[in-house]
Amino acid sequence: MSEFAEAVRKIAAQYPDTRSAIMPAIRLAQEQHAGWLPPDAFEQVGDALGLTPAYCEAVASFYDMYHLQPVGRQLVEVCTNICCGLEGAQGVLEAFEQELGVRAGETTEDGAITLRAVECLGGCGWPTIVAVDNRYRQNVRAEDVTGIIGELRGAEPHA
Amino acid sequence: MPELQPIVLASADDHDLTKLEQFRAVGGYAQLERARQLEPQAIIDELNASSLRGRGGAFFAMGRKASFIPKDSDKPVYLCVNADESEPGTFKDRELMQKNPHLLIEGMIIAAWAAGINRSFIYIRGEYQHQADILEAALAEARGEGYIGERILGSEHTLDMVVHRGAGAYICGEETALLDSLEGKRGNPRLKPPFPALQGLYKGPTLINNVETLCNAPAIIENGADWFAAMGEGNSTGTKVVSVSGNVQRPGNYEIELGIPAREIIYGLAGGPPEGHKIKCWFPGGSSAPVLLEEHLDLPYTFEAMAEAGSMLGSGAIIVVDDSQPLVPLALRLAEFYRHESCGKCVPCREGTNWTVKSLERIDNGDATPMDLEIMAQVQQNIIGNCLCVLGDSMAMPVGSMIEHFRDEFEQHIEQARAARDREEIAVRAGAELASVAEAGPA
Ligand SMILES: Cc1cc2nc3c(=O)[nH]c(=O)nc-3n(C[C@H](O)[C@H](O)[C@H](O)COP(=O)(O)O)c2cc1C
Ligand code: SF4
Ligand code: FES
Repeated sequence: MSEFAEAVRKIAAQYPDTRSAIMPAIRLAQEQHAGWLPPDAFEQVGDALGLTPAYCEAVASFYDMYHLQPVGRQLVEVCTNICCGLEGAQGVLEAFEQELGVRAGETTEDGAITLRAVECLGGCGWPTIVAVDNRYRQNVRAEDVTGIIGELRGAEPHA
Repeated sequence: MPELQPIVLASADDHDLTKLEQFRAVGGYAQLERARQLEPQAIIDELNASSLRGRGGAFFAMGRKASFIPKDSDKPVYLCVNADESEPGTFKDRELMQKNPHLLIEGMIIAAWAAGINRSFIYIRGEYQHQADILEAALAEARGEGYIGERILGSEHTLDMVVHRGAGAYICGEETALLDSLEGKRGNPRLKPPFPALQGLYKGPTLINNVETLCNAPAIIENGADWFAAMGEGNSTGTKVVSVSGNVQRPGNYEIELGIPAREIIYGLAGGPPEGHKIKCWFPGGSSAPVLLEEHLDLPYTFEAMAEAGSMLGSGAIIVVDDSQPLVPLALRLAEFYRHESCGKCVPCREGTNWTVKSLERIDNGDATPMDLEIMAQVQQNIIGNCLCVLGDSMAMPVGSMIEHFRDEFEQHIEQARAARDREEIAVRAGAELASVAEAGPA
């Protein structure tokens, strides 16, 4: 059994039915495929759980956190829902767009950063919330953006 | 106002309650011993007498729901904690799990005991990675101390707990969509009945409760139902963690006694809108709640009073909009959210959310006439009550309420945007004429 299948089998044992393990399995596959889900990721998940790759892909496409297209090495997500919006989220998003030279939904040319505008992240008391690889930064203002990007670029292994 | 004794956020600011030792030092897990001495029915009776109602949005009586779980089920019975928290404006469960994970675990054990449950899942939204890590660590500690696992504290009772992470889908907070998602499917809501208490996860009876609801259970066992029911007003008993956001000076979570005036929360605790501004409108219960006005600020913050005023207490998230904010972009952003999150199963929801976004875009671009407001109001009417779940209503109600209360502003926006567009067109046309004159060259 492959290492992946072994890990999925362990996860599946926690549930009444192995199918419940599909979400953790997809997450694991995504982690092992540079943050997105190429066709062979679905082969792997399907094999490990006895499901068809097409079924796995249909499930994955329902959820925003599974990426069916390649993404950058870091994921920057700006909440633009109403609570952050009332306190300037649009300006924060535009600052990221300007500074990175991409629009929301795009990846920088060097493949370093994917920028996304996302729905409420559940941190509305500290607007604007910006999640970098799921770690929240609170109270982000447009003028903080240059610093954040500098920090992310600095953390790059080969920068 | 007398000093409130917080329940679910008690001691959370001066102790690191994520550590089991510290949680125990403030009385944590002590209620398990007491609950063990009680018959399951006695726990349910106590929950019933407390009138504790669900904190996830629908305010259903928790004790009643637990009493619906059949005692003689031939299928396994499950507890699912709803920690999907994705309603815009709501961030209370995040703080509860982050600061007080063991309280949730203790509440789950008590609920499981009451309803005869051996397996439980915490469905936490995927974005809450930090909180999921905290929960995992707390579960490991609790397991080590024998609070969960086989034969809890030497009793006959076994309880298994698994943290299940979502992956970004608001609809999975709807309880039946949550179950489908947990079963490894796309998160589509199911037709009810059957209700989950009878037929839930893998068709087994399933108790589904919000994080905050379960966090109240230990204090009710400790202090008794009467103590709990003495707090609050009418049928809205106990405390509530209110998430206050938007245009206020001190946004954040506040645990309040239900029934205090909304003004006390928005101005007293959250500091009101910035200096020099007034409140234009406020959402009393998350982005799905119809907006209320300044004149509603003195209402008691209860389930009943918010409903009577034409809105709802919902998830207990107050979003404040001050008088500097134009409403059309706000309504548009709201509609975009619901369009994005609609699972697409019902036509009125799928098409209605899309229609509403398009109409609001037309208004903003200067392509609309006042007739469009009429049509949009009708679209909202056609959504309400005509779908499998209330996601469609959750857009229709707030958007409808904004048009109703602020019709003048919407009409003005239509006119001004049209005028701006006309000016632009004239400028473009004039530019083109100039260009063609230039091209033709001097005669
Ligand atoms: C679209 C939609 C989203 C919901 N999201 C949540 C949520 O994130 N968390 C939650 O506890 N309840 C949510 N609910 C309510 C649940 O369906 C359910 O009523 C609740 O989890 C029951 O727990 P309670 O009785 O303890 O409140 C949502 C309902 C709908 C229709
Ligand atoms: S109302 Fe909307 S979200 Fe709910 S089931 Fe129907 S289409 Fe899906
Ligand atoms: S609206 Fe931005 S975190 Fe909720």
